[in-house]
Amino acid sequence: MSPILDISDLSVVYRTPGGDVRAVERVNLTLSPGEVVGLCGESGSGKSTLAYGATRLLRPPALVTSGSVRYSGRRITSGGHPVDLLAMSHKELHEMRWREIAIVFQSAMNALNPVLRVQDQLLDAIKANLRLPRGEARDKAASLLDLVGIPRNRLRSYPHELSGGMRQRVMIAMALAADPEVVIMDEPTTALDVVVQRDILAQIVELKERLDFAILFITHDLSLLLELADRIAVMYAGRLLETGSAQAIMREPAHPYTRGLLNSFPSLRGSRRELAGIPGSPPDLRDPLPGCPFIPRCTHAIPVCSNVDMSLALVAGPQAGPPPGLLNGVSHLTACPIVTPEVSQEGVLS
Amino acid sequence: MSFIIRRLAFYLVAAWVAITLNFFIPRAMPGNPVESVIAKYPNLTPSAEKALALMLGGGLAQGSLWHQYVTYLGHVFTFNFGADIAQFPTPVTTMIAQALPWTLVLVGVATIISFLLGTSLGILAGWRHGGWLDRSLPALMFLQAVPYFFLALVLVDVIGIELHWLPTGQGYDGANTQPGWTLTFIGSAVQHAILPALTIVLTSIAGWMLQMRNVMITTIGEDYVVAAQAKGLSSRRVIYTYAARNALLPQLQAFGLALGFVVSGALVMEIVFAYPGIGLLLLNAVSSDDFPLMQAIFLVITFAILIANLIIDFVIVFFDPRVRAREGAR
Amino acid sequence: MSAVANVWRNLPLKAKVGVVLFGVFILAAIIGPEVTPYDPSYANPDPSLLMAHPSAQHLLGTTQTGQDVLSQLLVGVRLTIELALLVGVIAGILSVTVGVTSAFLGGVWDEFLSLVSNVFLVIPALPLLILLLGYLSGKGQLPTIIVLSILGWPWGARVIRAQTLTIRNRDFIAAARESGEKSWRIIAFDIIPNEISLIAANFVNTVLYAIGASVALAFVGLTDLNSWSLGTILYWAESQQALSLGAWWWFVPPGLAVALIGTSLVLLNTGIDELGSPRLRATRGAAKIAGRRIWPTDPTPVLAQLTVSRSRVGTFVHSFSRESLLDETPAGGELR
Repeated sequence: MSPILDISDLSVVYRTPGGDVRAVERVNLTLSPGEVVGLCGESGSGKSTLAYGATRLLRPPALVTSGSVRYSGRRITSGGHPVDLLAMSHKELHEMRWREIAIVFQSAMNALNPVLRVQDQLLDAIKANLRLPRGEARDKAASLLDLVGIPRNRLRSYPHELSGGMRQRVMIAMALAADPEVVIMDEPTTALDVVVQRDILAQIVELKERLDFAILFITHDLSLLLELADRIAVMYAGRLLETGSAQAIMREPAHPYTRGLLNSFPSLRGSRRELAGIPGSPPDLRDPLPGCPFIPRCTHAIPVCSNVDMSLALVAGPQAGPPPGLLNGVSHLTACPIVTPEVSQEGVLS
Repeated sequence: MSFIIRRLAFYLVAAWVAITLNFFIPRAMPGNPVESVIAKYPNLTPSAEKALALMLGGGLAQGSLWHQYVTYLGHVFTFNFGADIAQFPTPVTTMIAQALPWTLVLVGVATIISFLLGTSLGILAGWRHGGWLDRSLPALMFLQAVPYFFLALVLVDVIGIELHWLPTGQGYDGANTQPGWTLTFIGSAVQHAILPALTIVLTSIAGWMLQMRNVMITTIGEDYVVAAQAKGLSSRRVIYTYAARNALLPQLQAFGLALGFVVSGALVMEIVFAYPGIGLLLLNAVSSDDFPLMQAIFLVITFAILIANLIIDFVIVFFDPRVRAREGAR
Repeated sequence: MSAVANVWRNLPLKAKVGVVLFGVFILAAIIGPEVTPYDPSYANPDPSLLMAHPSAQHLLGTTQTGQDVLSQLLVGVRLTIELALLVGVIAGILSVTVGVTSAFLGGVWDEFLSLVSNVFLVIPALPLLILLLGYLSGKGQLPTIIVLSILGWPWGARVIRAQTLTIRNRDFIAAARESGEKSWRIIAFDIIPNEISLIAANFVNTVLYAIGASVALAFVGLTDLNSWSLGTILYWAESQQALSLGAWWWFVPPGLAVALIGTSLVLLNTGIDELGSPRLRATRGAAKIAGRRIWPTDPTPVLAQLTVSRSRVGTFVHSFSRESLLDETPAGGELR
């Protein structure tokens, strides 16, 4: 199945007086229809920049310096050719927003207009993207709230009158207003407590089954993704370090960073073990070192790590049965030269 | 509602402070103001002298300090400001009532025009941050640093004297019309109000514009504006309903705080134009040691500003649902 | 010294103009009165020199009574600036003290001090001043300074209190308290250094306000009419009908001086703003990327799109420039 969103070789910089900050560096990521892809990384890893850069919502001084973002949604493509978001004009992008790709923002309290009622904000999303007469628009707004399980009398409420969980549901309902193909969710549950988090995630899964859209789920919480996502991509310092199916990542994490992440949170079951974090802090993105950005914090780094060109390669592993590195038909890729010596590097033969 | 009630209580406290200041200031001054007045205006009746003593203190005042204070408070609440000194026996309230409407109309209308115009320009300047409107700000800042009355002098000189386009002073053409609801009077009054109003607008507009522009720039950076763009809303909707609506709230608060300054400047400007408002009345009162009038005018001005602030509070509540809720939740 | 040079380089143009302009006036204030060509109060009885146009002998002309306007101006600048700076310092000390204390102590003290500040903020200053000076006719300078300071601190106190509240809740203050550091030490060494730019901006604003108020008061004749402050010069100009007699050289220079001093202070303040919040600089809403202006509501610019949309003639001309080197490298290569 061809991907509905194909991000290829994307680089985004922030052009500051102090230098160019390379927030995203040559990332390749695909999203298939109906798939849930989790994008995982710590703060400053570039995951939000990736999503907003791809949809061109970043403000100056952001600049997209390379790559393409090809979208193949059923409504927009003429003749079956995917369109490149990066090549579109303002007007074309405007047509596309929300109808094809919608976004659920991180903090609903900040993403909702404080002076407008919920109904008005829903109506805004509806009126801007669907051609509905006023009565039908209102019905649609009410039915959107039904969709996420919020009582209809909340239509007349202001954002500050709702609880955190309710606000997030409103955001989700709003995102689904125009029946998009792709929904980007930027840390939708980070600001919520664990119980509410659970509810919201269940809601998201249920909606996805019902309405059939793909999700790009951005979070720093890898444990969340292990249950929710079909595929997981791990990002660090603007680069993708590893991608693979959720099971592959969970069972056989390839990159040392991924392994570090997995060791950083406790599991409910199993024996008690000592929690390990990852010492050190992310690098300065203005002067990126050559090779893998994780070197300063990696306990396994070898000299060849500084020369690797960071393109993802198939994980080689001693496995019988299905071809190595392929689990359930999804490739498990990483850029770590230790795990994948076949990665093309300067001076190292495959 | 409780927000408004709290604000009302606050203004009452402020009014009380102003009244009390009014009471104690003449008593704290060196020398004896009452005696100096009596010396200057020998034709005052004894009852007027007593009233004066009550207001200003000094040897002739009767009763204890507390008693004087309470009596004074009573007088203020009944708007009994006594008889004027320089134009004895005209009551002070009559003189104020004659002058107040002129100032209210001129300053009120000009300030509102300046605020609306400045805020609108500020919205555009903030939206097009770095555009030509934005870059004209330093020039406008210069205009704002010019003292009100100086600009008035320049305008009078250029437009009134050199070009003879507009009259150079007074509230209306005294030689040709009488005050009243006639068309000629109103026309003449308007004509005479143009220059003063223009001065007020020119010197204060930059402030509003700068303030609104700064708030807009901050607001545009908020997540809900980005979210609005992501939803595919039209630029107009984003600018006005998402950005400007929210930026308006700090702007209104600033307006309330700045009212005192605006009014103060306008008062001084009335001298240049010999405009028959409260400012001119106050300054004339000062130069003729007309203490009762001075005190009364100070109170009237203060009360007017407090009331205006209350009105602004109403407007803020109307525009900001969070204020309503915050106060209601307590 | 290089730290100062560094700061200077990073200031926006507006602020640099402000600093230079204000510096000029400070210089005038310091040496001006020493170099006046005439005694400002000296009234030259020569009839040809009454209300005279600017000439070689009197660079800014003379007044109705034959006094030299330039000399008056120079003395006036010093007096006005002196008064305003004094008020700025006094009111500044008051507002920092009240602001920091009320934020630090919190509770009833905070409520009470805030109430006092707010009351004095809402009571109009100039009418109150006029009232006061009406009783003290002619004794100008000192009462003016005192009253302006008393009425000038609430604004700054509010702003500083707000900032102190934010800082107070930060971790390093809690850490200092936990380690038992004395309150006054915390205030002096942890809180205040973090508010320097706010205090400086506040000082400048107060000076601005003091200039405006003192000039206005002098203009209506309420301050000492024997000293030559800028407002007093204007007072005499107005009362002697300089306006209708066309003696622009009498009233324009002092007014212009006030306006320029005020403008320089405002521009100075924008510089202080920039220094205090450097991150504001980087995230200014509009930006120029690859030479094109990008508005905040435009979609994120794409480098390839920006460099491609040049006409053929444009491309030809462009190829002669040094920047054309960039075009040869693939997008994502060297960005400078």
